[in-house]
Amino acid sequence: MQRTYLGELMKAKWSLLQGFITTMEISAIVIVIGLIAGMIGGLLLVYGPKPVRLLMRLYVDVLRGIPVLVLILFSYYGLALLGVNISAYTAGVVALAGFCSAHMSETFRGAIDSIPVGQTEAAKAIGLTFQQRFIYVLLPQAARRIVPPAINTAVEMVKGTTLLSIIGVLDVLLATQQTIARNYMVIEFYATAMLFYFVLNFTLSRMGAYFERRFGFIRY
Amino acid sequence: MSANPAASATSESAEPARNLLVARDVHKSFGQTEVLKGIDLTVTEGEVVALIGASGSGKTTFLRCINLLEEFEQGSITVDGDPVGYTDRGGSRRRLSEGRLAAQRARIGMVFQSFNLFPHMTAAQNVMLGLVKVKGMAKAEARSLADHWLARVGLADRADHHPYQLSGGQQQRVAIARAVAMDPRLILFDEVTSALDPELVSEVLGVMKDLAKSGMTMLVVSHEMLFVRDVATHVVFLDSGRIVEEGEPHAVFKNPKSDRLRAFLGRFTDIIGDITAR
Repeated sequence: MQRTYLGELMKAKWSLLQGFITTMEISAIVIVIGLIAGMIGGLLLVYGPKPVRLLMRLYVDVLRGIPVLVLILFSYYGLALLGVNISAYTAGVVALAGFCSAHMSETFRGAIDSIPVGQTEAAKAIGLTFQQRFIYVLLPQAARRIVPPAINTAVEMVKGTTLLSIIGVLDVLLATQQTIARNYMVIEFYATAMLFYFVLNFTLSRMGAYFERRFGFIRY
Repeated sequence: MSANPAASATSESAEPARNLLVARDVHKSFGQTEVLKGIDLTVTEGEVVALIGASGSGKTTFLRCINLLEEFEQGSITVDGDPVGYTDRGGSRRRLSEGRLAAQRARIGMVFQSFNLFPHMTAAQNVMLGLVKVKGMAKAEARSLADHWLARVGLADRADHHPYQLSGGQQQRVAIARAVAMDPRLILFDEVTSALDPELVSEVLGVMKDLAKSGMTMLVVSHEMLFVRDVATHVVFLDSGRIVEEGEPHAVFKNPKSDRLRAFLGRFTDIIGDITAR
């Protein structure tokens, strides 16, 4: 009997769907953790007391300087050797989130640093506290500068999830490879995976472009 | 003035003009360079005091010390009886907490050379921010107060514009409205017309003149000598971090006692001619 693409797709649908869900889930968790930790990290890099600042700087520079794959392998095998037993899924999330946080911290730091000092002074002059200055004056202005590099990082993280297939996380890539191992339809199913990643990342870039336009009125 | 004004200030509360700002022996250094070498200044309620001097004389730095945008190492500044920025606890000088500083700053308005409006907010939102977040005013009430002050500075029809849609003069008038709306004890003006095109200067000075007439206490760093002559009640000349000469503007401009002030005023010859003519 002749194999058809649609017929094979139907056979593999649950496995592929599981892969889609895992990839999207991990991407979302990693990006959200990265954004929150990045905001805190960025603040510490700008306003933290000197020891904290140095520690954060060390963290950011070290994590940015290590290939993600090495981080993932260390997180999975290395931590196991040290007696910390976590699943491949958790190890992957930890490694990617740590990497993402480092990048986002630097993005937030740059954005906060680039806001003219007069903004903080004007906010101080009307009696706003540190917290209020950050929330109402600095963050909205930083947001516009954060969007392009943050989207960039987010897209890289989505692509980075494929590396988790190496430690056995059943993401889109691994599910695709398993499907291909059964039906040998290499081109069709890699193309399917490519389409999935493209649509996901294209959506992210469009969202970024929308927010950039949305904050377009912030000019000096 | 009595021989000991500081000591009698509290007991004579019935006196109409009370001391709003009292600076005593204020010293400030940037690294090795001492930029303020002991400033003493008293501003009474309703006064418009102009600080003049060459750039680098310390006038802007002194202004910024008053609301603690600059730290100062020695001396004291008291605004409406409240020592600004530091407390003396058992002889050691301590910086006040962020919360206390914010509360003090809320009572001191400031207008900057570069406007510093919040670019992500409309004119009205710029004025409302402090009213809502610092004074805890309801939004509707803050909005009507913002509209009131924007109308006072001639910008009733610009309330919902963003800063980038406004000219420099209009932006600066919004900044003045933002400061005044907070109902401060005094307002600091830091070379507020220096960044403006010449034809826009007068609209900002007009608003300031209006404010002065309404009895607002103002401390003004300015190079606009005609404005200083006509609006200031008191002029203070700084040179190299010290007050060299001060007094009533017409008198000071007509008969400068120090060589430094004579040389400084010499740079405004056309204006001086005008002043001495009257």
